Amino acid sequence: MLLIRCPYCEEERPELEFRNAGEAHIARSTNMAGESDDDFEKFFFIRSNPKGVIYERWRHMHGCARFFNAVRDTVTDKFIMTYKAGEPKPSKLPKNSNEVVAK
Amino acid sequence: MSGAFRIPGAGRLKQAKAARFSFDGQAYAGVEGDTLASALLANGVHLVGRSFKYHRPRGFLSAGAEEPNALVQVTRDAARKTPNVRATVQELYDGLAAQSQNRWPSLAFDVGAVNDIASPFFSAGFYYKTFMWPKAAWKNLYEPKIRAAAGLGVSPDQPDPDHYAARFAHCDVLVLGGGAAGIAAALAAAESGASVMLADEQAEFGGSLRFETGARIDGQDGFAWAQGAIAKLKAMSNVRVLSRTTAFGYYAQNFVGLVERVSDHLQNPGRDLARERLWQVRAKRVVLATGAIERHMVFADNDRPGIMLASAARTYLNHYGVAVGKNVGVYTANDSAYAAAIDLKKAGVNIAAIVDLRDNPTGPVIDEARALGIEINFGRAVVRAGGKLRVTSMTVQPKNGGGERTIPVDAILMSAGWTPSVHLFSQSRGKVAFNDETKRFVPGTYAQDCVSVGACNGTDGLSATIDEAYAAGAKAARDAGAKAAKGTKPKVDAGESWSRGMLGAAPGAGPDTTVKAFVDFQNDVTAKDIRQAVHEGMHSIEHVKRFTTNGMATDQGKTSNMHGLAIAAETLGKPIPQVGLTTFRAPYTPVTFGSIVGHARGPLFDPTRKTAIHPWAEAQGAVFEDVGQWKRAWYFPKGGEDMHAAVDRECVGVRKTAGLFDASTLGKIEVVGPDAAKFMELLYTNPWEKLEPGRCRYGIMLREDGFIYDDGVVGRLAPDRFHVTTTTGGAPRVMNHMEDYLQTEFPHLNVWLSSITEQWAVIAVQGPKSRDIIAPLVEGIDMSDEALPHMSVREGKICGVPTRLFRMSFTGERGFEVNVPADYGQAVWEVLWAEGQKHGAVAYGTETMHVLRAEKGYIIVGQDTDGTVTPNDAGLDWAVGKKKADFVGIRGLARPDLVAKGRKQLVGLKTKDPKVVLEEGAQIVADPKQAIPMKMIGHVTSSYWSENCGRSIALALVAGGRDRMGETLYVPMPNGVIEVEVTGMVFFDEKGERLNG
Repeated sequence: MLLIRCPYCEEERPELEFRNAGEAHIARSTNMAGESDDDFEKFFFIRSNPKGVIYERWRHMHGCARFFNAVRDTVTDKFIMTYKAGEPKPSKLPKNSNEVVAK
Repeated sequence: MSGAFRIPGAGRLKQAKAARFSFDGQAYAGVEGDTLASALLANGVHLVGRSFKYHRPRGFLSAGAEEPNALVQVTRDAARKTPNVRATVQELYDGLAAQSQNRWPSLAFDVGAVNDIASPFFSAGFYYKTFMWPKAAWKNLYEPKIRAAAGLGVSPDQPDPDHYAARFAHCDVLVLGGGAAGIAAALAAAESGASVMLADEQAEFGGSLRFETGARIDGQDGFAWAQGAIAKLKAMSNVRVLSRTTAFGYYAQNFVGLVERVSDHLQNPGRDLARERLWQVRAKRVVLATGAIERHMVFADNDRPGIMLASAARTYLNHYGVAVGKNVGVYTANDSAYAAAIDLKKAGVNIAAIVDLRDNPTGPVIDEARALGIEINFGRAVVRAGGKLRVTSMTVQPKNGGGERTIPVDAILMSAGWTPSVHLFSQSRGKVAFNDETKRFVPGTYAQDCVSVGACNGTDGLSATIDEAYAAGAKAARDAGAKAAKGTKPKVDAGESWSRGMLGAAPGAGPDTTVKAFVDFQNDVTAKDIRQAVHEGMHSIEHVKRFTTNGMATDQGKTSNMHGLAIAAETLGKPIPQVGLTTFRAPYTPVTFGSIVGHARGPLFDPTRKTAIHPWAEAQGAVFEDVGQWKRAWYFPKGGEDMHAAVDRECVGVRKTAGLFDASTLGKIEVVGPDAAKFMELLYTNPWEKLEPGRCRYGIMLREDGFIYDDGVVGRLAPDRFHVTTTTGGAPRVMNHMEDYLQTEFPHLNVWLSSITEQWAVIAVQGPKSRDIIAPLVEGIDMSDEALPHMSVREGKICGVPTRLFRMSFTGERGFEVNVPADYGQAVWEVLWAEGQKHGAVAYGTETMHVLRAEKGYIIVGQDTDGTVTPNDAGLDWAVGKKKADFVGIRGLARPDLVAKGRKQLVGLKTKDPKVVLEEGAQIVADPKQAIPMKMIGHVTSSYWSENCGRSIALALVAGGRDRMGETLYVPMPNGVIEVEVTGMVFFDEKGERLNG
């Protein structure tokens, strides 16, 4: 069972309290009705599904109930970092991602 | 004396009480503190099982958890029959009854042993080759036969009457393994003030100190020191000591699973005691002190009962006081077997000879053995063992060939060296490294905050082990935030030390031989099988493992993996590290399902939700159905009615007078705030800004793809307050969906969401007399049609308690839904019920609710829709705000597929024969005479007998359905084709006059 740091509670809590909510940084258009078929396809259907670092949304379901973003390695399952919803995609990741998780 | 092979004065069970037990019905005497293995050996019993594939007679290989052979069934009663118990681990209690497995008709004469003679046909990979043809025979002939013949032990056939406990725990330092290293590490960590957990799989702590007579620590015998140290640790408030506890799995972020065997060793555990307890521990630091396991020698017929590991024989002698034979041979490739020979010789057992593969080893144990007059043969090999049900001899030959000599023995002790137990380290995703000098894999790169100490780290010698472990324990505590250690390191006065040995097949079982020299005892894998696998093209150790099943039995190859690897490497002509090690997986030793399931069984498997009115319905004899976690009253049978009779009566009763229905399970969410209407506009298809406070609207919620997600009636209580209802099953996901959009897409909106499902009990009162029933009990609400029209909501009081009174209908009748605080739910229901009785009202359940709504063509999301249905498909286009600029799903609705012609649309179906009730889910075709497979154009979503209509009714999703009104379609069923006519969805009161009737 993983420990996940909730950026709102500022605490590491067991995985059981959280629920994954899919890929992050896919913004809903402010002109939804006017989106082209191609743009809607990209927005709704296409996901990156990477082997390695993924940016994804999580919800602290059985805690503060807030949605937040996380950077996770899909190969090792390690959470590299978490940050609040609405914050920009981090341009730099911590160097030794394993250490961040362990401490 | 408990057994002829118990040596007076030997071992630590001298004062123990006698314990009687039976094996295969034969009564024996042992003592408390024995394992089943030591007690049987004390009685001279070596033959305890038959092997998996060849049904060869087997005895005890070990004295611990690594045991591959001595698997027995322990029977307490009819429901408590535990198969595959390792006799070397099972503690003896008075009255224990055990049986051998995998034999018929008896252990000494087993018909299945014909497999041993036919073994040329059962070599490695025989499954894959022998049972290839004909293809159909696999399913019908081979697989059932193989399944019947395979497997060890028999599963119990009754429910497990025991209970299993579970605990979560956190600590600074978790020490796994309670031998000298683990105890030293725990002492150092505990003396620093850190919170410490120490676990060991044995009943008593000490590890190899149980048999190492040469160890002296702090001026005492090693085992005595261990007991003193454990007593000291147990007395400390910051330490938890767990015996009989196996760490079976090491997971991410120092999360370790342990199973504590609480009562398997007790004669009468009592009902209050759990059988096992699962510990899920999160540790800041983990110290691995898991020791090492001795390897056997791989030579012909090395599996005969009486042939065992040297350290096992030492344990039986030095701890249990049991001699494993009277005339014992020793076959070794390292020093440690000498200590066993010396101990046995000193206890009066004859050592027939020591056969040592090494050419001219020197050292103190060799000198001591020689001084005791034991015959030692260097540079020689045991090429085969004699005997069948018990070893009778060993045949010795110079290792490079030459004259044979057969020596009579009744036991052979073997040691090929020691394998560090890196299982948990490897499970932690650490990478092992091969030490070419000592020929062993030891921890290399760590992946987690753990450290290995002692034998599992490849550290040789007691003094070095305690130095390393004590320092590591102190450091772990410091790293976890504790202060520096205040205690003193245990002082080693004397210890035993050896390393090296050999890997792979011994001379006499080499590449040019066909002898049965076992590598893996439990899965009957021989050295020849592994060579054959390589010759047949299995060049990866993972392939060799799967082809031969080496290391794949329940012992997980604790004694066999390194031998198997060495033989594969030799055959491949590659160095061992290049061939690589197979992956270590959890569990370390088998774990019962009970301990994993814990309390989560029966009624505690999943929470049960009951409404405030549940006790009333129960008292009325309602039949309940499960809706998600809810128990809902399904129907209320009266005087021996069956379901159909009860539902017909309830359906008619509601439309004739009135009915009361417990609608409390309906999901309810309060949407509050200055931007509440804006939020509702975005989450539902309908327009909300202009809905006046006090009015209600039927809302549809879509997903972004345009498909219906949920529906429900929404009441606007105030400009900034909406009372939203959802489907019963949809409540949590609708709440999640709303929160998701509010938090992440529309965070600028000033809105709060609260789940109020459990806060309000809901009593639906429906039918022409509904107002008459309610009105006398209501205060502060004008109940006239003008003041309280259909689809409106008022706040006031009923029976003196606050209510949100909805005028709404899911039956097509004049109807109300009375919301009251849940604590008053049953009291208000009872008053309404009493009032209803004056008018002849009925109580109705979910089945009647379903029928009545279907009569009116009201859909149920999830029954009439399936996640691919749009509002238009369901005939609900009117509920989609055409002038709205945005709502969730607005773009999805415009997708080409969703606006295409010929989509499945919801319609009504009437069977030509009104008595025939269609089956829900039945497929619909346009032409029943077409060839199979027919083109299916839709399916039945809802179907009931309607007593009010005097006929069957059904709803269905049919391609282009609304253009097919009046058409005849067909429902092919196993007993013939049913003709149906496509109709509108409303079967009763088409004009809707009864809403105000």
